[in-house]
Amino acid sequence: MKRIVAKEEYCMNCRLCEVYCLVSHSRSKDLIKAFRQERGEIVPRITVERLGPVSFAVQCRHCDEPACVEACMTGALHRDPATGEVTHDPQRCVGCWMCVMVCPTGAIRRDRNGHVAAKCDLCLETGTPACVANCPNEALVIEEDND
Amino acid sequence: MSKRLVQAEFNVERDPERCIQCQVCVRQCSNQVHAYDAESDQVTCDEASCVGCQRCATLCPTNALTIKKAPPEFAPDNNWTSDVIQNIYRQAETGGVLLSAMGNDTAKVSWWDNILLNASQVTNPSIDPLREPMELTTFLGAKPNAVELNFDDQGGPSLATKLAPQLVLSTPIMFSAMSYGAISYNAFESLARAAGQYGTFANSGEGGLHKDFWPHGPNMIVQVASGRFGVDIDYLKVAAAVEIKIGQGAKPGIGGHLPGEKVDERISQTRMIPVGSDAISPAPHHDIYSIEDLRQLIYSLKEATRYQKPISVKIAAVHNVAAIASGIVRAGADIVAIDGYKGGTGAAPTMIRNNVGIPIEFALAAVDDRLRQEGIRNQASVVACGGFRSSADVVKAIALGADAVYIGTAALVALGCHLCQKCYTGKCNWGIATQDPYLTRRLNPEIGARRLVNLLRGWSHEIKEMMGGMGINAIESLRGNREHLRGVGLSDRELSILGIKAAGE
Amino acid sequence: MTSTKYLIIGNSAAGVGCVEGIRQTDPTGEITLLAKETEHAYSRPLITYLLGGKVDEAGMAYRPADFYVQQRVKTMLGVEAAKVDPAAKTVTCADGQVIGYEKLLIANGGKPITPPNLPGADAPGVFTFTTWGDARAIEQYIAANDVKEAVVIGGGLIGLKSVEALTARGLKVTVLELAPRILAVTLDQDASDLLAGALASAGVKLLTNTTAQRVDLENGKAAGVTLPDGQKIAAGLVILAIGVLPDLSLVAGSGIATERGILADERLATNVEGVYAAGDVAQALELLSGERRSIPIWPNAYRQGFIAGVNMAGGDKVYEGGLAMNSVEICGLATISAGITSPPEGQGYQVLTKLDPKTKNYRKLVLKDHHLVGYVLVGDVDRAGIITGLIKGRVEVKGLEEKLLAPDFGLISLPAMHRERVTAGLGVWS
Repeated sequence: MKRIVAKEEYCMNCRLCEVYCLVSHSRSKDLIKAFRQERGEIVPRITVERLGPVSFAVQCRHCDEPACVEACMTGALHRDPATGEVTHDPQRCVGCWMCVMVCPTGAIRRDRNGHVAAKCDLCLETGTPACVANCPNEALVIEEDND
Repeated sequence: MSKRLVQAEFNVERDPERCIQCQVCVRQCSNQVHAYDAESDQVTCDEASCVGCQRCATLCPTNALTIKKAPPEFAPDNNWTSDVIQNIYRQAETGGVLLSAMGNDTAKVSWWDNILLNASQVTNPSIDPLREPMELTTFLGAKPNAVELNFDDQGGPSLATKLAPQLVLSTPIMFSAMSYGAISYNAFESLARAAGQYGTFANSGEGGLHKDFWPHGPNMIVQVASGRFGVDIDYLKVAAAVEIKIGQGAKPGIGGHLPGEKVDERISQTRMIPVGSDAISPAPHHDIYSIEDLRQLIYSLKEATRYQKPISVKIAAVHNVAAIASGIVRAGADIVAIDGYKGGTGAAPTMIRNNVGIPIEFALAAVDDRLRQEGIRNQASVVACGGFRSSADVVKAIALGADAVYIGTAALVALGCHLCQKCYTGKCNWGIATQDPYLTRRLNPEIGARRLVNLLRGWSHEIKEMMGGMGINAIESLRGNREHLRGVGLSDRELSILGIKAAGE
Repeated sequence: MTSTKYLIIGNSAAGVGCVEGIRQTDPTGEITLLAKETEHAYSRPLITYLLGGKVDEAGMAYRPADFYVQQRVKTMLGVEAAKVDPAAKTVTCADGQVIGYEKLLIANGGKPITPPNLPGADAPGVFTFTTWGDARAIEQYIAANDVKEAVVIGGGLIGLKSVEALTARGLKVTVLELAPRILAVTLDQDASDLLAGALASAGVKLLTNTTAQRVDLENGKAAGVTLPDGQKIAAGLVILAIGVLPDLSLVAGSGIATERGILADERLATNVEGVYAAGDVAQALELLSGERRSIPIWPNAYRQGFIAGVNMAGGDKVYEGGLAMNSVEICGLATISAGITSPPEGQGYQVLTKLDPKTKNYRKLVLKDHHLVGYVLVGDVDRAGIITGLIKGRVEVKGLEEKLLAPDFGLISLPAMHRERVTAGLGVWS
């Protein structure tokens, strides 16, 4: 399956991945409108962590045996066995945060808007993940995982 | 503390309608120009420390930032310009030597722009490089005076003359000497990788070659300079050629200084000096006070490399460059590299950068002439460097007599350099001229190498187009072919030194 | 008598997990699933959300409506298993049907505890609250009797989620908690106080150190409760939310070993060949103690069911051990707790806390021998899973204690080995 791989050595802590992730998951899909009108409600589904000079982006790893799917009591989280993608259906999410409790990367955030979990959906709607498309240093790349 | 008189050089214009407080600019500016104020939820800026590198403007996702040159508006004066006044303020405050980086930015004339190329019309056919083979392969090294052949029983020929070692370039462009230390590990890797991918050479500069880069050795020219940093037998063996650095176009006559704070563990290993110690290259080689001394070093290096590698000698273009070059060739150099006064640097005293040395155009023409007159032009290849900006500059240099050129500034620009000329601060926001680990990661060598290869490919294609237009299908036929050059706006004296006719002649 | 290759008793997390586990290994073997309740696999914890009007009936589905068709499972819903006969490899149902099996999963869950000495506990208007049926019954009772006030006995998770649901329906609710604080098992006083504050601001009355002595009746229906001190609280509805126990009625006398629950080994097999147990009914490995304990929580139930399924189908998968943990949001205040949160004194545990009453944030970490064994987060619970992962992965966190307490704590602070494993997407189990 395809995975988004974060290359720590080239992450430069600009956090444009967060910016574009937020826009990609906004209603308006417009940079300025998304930040002006929706910030605080929606959260980026990718987080850049920094300690000194080192930084890297963290988002859903689409684990093979996802703890979040096991913990999800509503069935909103689901792993597609064909693609390996871990999907989240906000319509079925009630915001119990069981997934937040078990995700070992801390990649699932709480979206204040709608009070549901927010996680990387690989931007399947648009094709290329916004974080990968907009990483100025190719520190986020899509790699085929043959495991 | 008295009031500083130096004024901000740049205006940072932030469009409040477009700024989304994402703070990318705050995180990217190593000069702390931008800051986020949580209380007002606004990004503020302190323009005084802006160097105009355009990093913030380039990365701003909403194009909210414009960085504009803001020369302080002093009373109009053609002599006492704002640059001059600001420099005096700086020195009055610090008592120090003014520092600059990159190449001379004061020269108003580029002689390349006053030289125009020929093209075929009617009497000889031009060649379309997309349809017909076009040879850019370049061999650097000493060529024999004559070639003798042996013939076997069937009359089949073979070469009897023993050839001197050659560097084989797929295009007559190499990357100039830029040391690891002056530039970052990732910048160095980008250059080395690109040289290998395109079939040309990068130059280690005078800072040694880290073991990580040894696999790139077949595409590296390593330098032996006055500081002898990183020089041992392995260093010489791993490289394709060795270059003795006598001088540098940006700062002829003076040495170099890599401040101790840049000498981290890796650079310390590479230069073979303790961590944190200043790396000082003396102005002269203390063992070279004459052409005879130079000859000794050249032959020492030839011995060390078993006469299997070309030895290059690099000098800055100065007043008696032709005579000096002649001496270098006679001393046994296989390659003479001549660096013009617009050549770049990581740090040089501003006055020296802007006032010492001569233009590469004249130096190259003079050297090529002199070596021809003395009948020793074949004994060494001539490499020109110092401010080559485009493929047209390269074509003109080859027609003036160069075998190949070194590009430094152009390569760095391809890597993202915005020519802010602040390399010596160590705060390069583009991750090129810095050792700060927060900044160096900004240059992904995979991207860097790709961009450099693209540049080489683009220029090479253009060179072929220009050659084709002249009806030339091999770079060998262009070399020293000054008949294809004409001067405009040049004095008779300039034309005569350049050895070219005026336009219309 | 009908017979089947795989028989699953129970239609909740463990049962569904078992189906998915079997199907991963054996795509075709015949599966029969029987359950007392008539509903399609639904999310049991959502019953309070349903009562509170936060989800509708369609939203209760834990898996899509065609899940069992897609998985080729024969379902027998509304059929209660009554007796397991491991020797004959049969299950006898309450309606007399006998079903033969090759492999059996017992995942019939728990049953609510009703206080033995509570007069009036069987009166109309007194409910336990663990099934969809309970939710419907409570909803109908409120509507039919125009109930305005309720008493919830038990300040545990079910109790508090019930409070939230009833409050959302406009009822005035009083909570009775026997312990000195709500969620006493997992939360200390500071954390509990934050939650109590959130309840209070939602208009809920909270009485601790007390419980109902009897249910007061009016016209034969619940009308309130009387406390030991004689105080009377009027309420047309009484919810008993004291807890659940593994429902062992099915295996009584079968030879299947039980303690508090059905004892299951690291492959979720019982002592009897071909019989497995998972979920709230099971007593399986607990990660930190290495002992077998009953931890009735959703994630463990699913995982146990899944692993049992894999093993039933001939695979070989080991249960790493469960961790007591829970996440709950009460009246807008999120709380996550896991592992040992209130360690006994003097056994070498190290407790670190950080309380910010203003922002209603609380962090508590429990360590032993430089390893995390438990935590509580109230308020800013984001990225709690990283800490859970540290517990599950038994990662040494020496020197990281202060960083762990910081709200901006992240993977970057972790030992490189663990960080790389996690960011590579290998999860905590590989």
